[in-house]
Amino acid sequence: MLPDVAGALTGILAVLSVAVTTLVIDRTMYLGASTTFVRAAGYVEQVVIPENVQANEYLQQNRPRVDWQMMVVGGIFIGALISARLGRSAKLETVPPIWKERFGTSATLRGVGAFIGGMILMFGARLADGCPSGHGLSGNMQLAASGLLALVFFMVGGIITAHLLYKK
Amino acid sequence: MDLFLGLATGILFGFFLQKGEVLRFEKQVGFMLLKDMTIIKFMMTAVLVGMVGIYALHGIGMISLSIKSANIGALVIGGLLFGIGWAIAGFCPGTSVGALAEGRIHVLWAIAGMVVGAAIFAEAYPLLQRTVLTWGAYGKVTLPQMLGVSPWLVIAVFIIVGLSAFRLFEKKGL
Repeated sequence: MLPDVAGALTGILAVLSVAVTTLVIDRTMYLGASTTFVRAAGYVEQVVIPENVQANEYLQQNRPRVDWQMMVVGGIFIGALISARLGRSAKLETVPPIWKERFGTSATLRGVGAFIGGMILMFGARLADGCPSGHGLSGNMQLAASGLLALVFFMVGGIITAHLLYKK
Repeated sequence: MDLFLGLATGILFGFFLQKGEVLRFEKQVGFMLLKDMTIIKFMMTAVLVGMVGIYALHGIGMISLSIKSANIGALVIGGLLFGIGWAIAGFCPGTSVGALAEGRIHVLWAIAGMVVGAAIFAEAYPLLQRTVLTWGAYGKVTLPQMLGVSPWLVIAVFIIVGLSAFRLFEKKGL
């Protein structure tokens, strides 16, 4: 499927989801993903340092619980799995080609990079109060000033870093 | 019921993300290297279709908007930090779980990093709330409100700009 067709279908899905949640549960839900990672962090902390979950203001605002958005994120896994199976497009990948060309075949080095990158991007997403789903898609669909500004700076940061990192 | 709706929405979202091939490190970093516009095409059509639908439903009074605050300091610094991490990881939060389903197992490290990053943010939150989050806080404002024009005018401009960008990508084979 062409990316623009898949994107248009996602646009219709986002609008339908907004309409259906408003009608059925009387709450208007816009797509997002990064708050789920805060709740996930809360779940982990509940096992390791439970007293910190109680003491931390941000974890209290975003308590570890299964909510609508967490189900969306879980659903993405299931939907992608079904699509990859049906289209036979699943691919076991430990080191992606662009990374391999620049940093070699070490899966450990790739793992360290992915971990550090994930840590920085999530800190940034929470500071900006959203990621490419919440700001990029939902924010811009609503013509939010914050959505456009966030998306522009996501791209500026990404383009500069990628050129420094992967360009020879 | 809200959990069921979330799951159904997520399954369809994941299906489209996978079919559009936007879950891959190669496509995400490919865009950041300005070599492959796959993820931009996906995002652009999603947003253009979405804004028409959202403002149509909002216009008839069926739905309310949920606008995030325009905190300039947090959006610029947070946005740039997101971009830096995004280039290194090659995945974003929403696509990461889908990439795992597709077999890109190195994304597991990125997901673990994201959870740790969220925990670090939670610790830094009180300090950030007193500092960065107060810098240039303009509240929950939309572009048409800022410009004092009809949302449909803004949507028309976005559609024209979007279609022009699309033609340019097609012409350059991106």
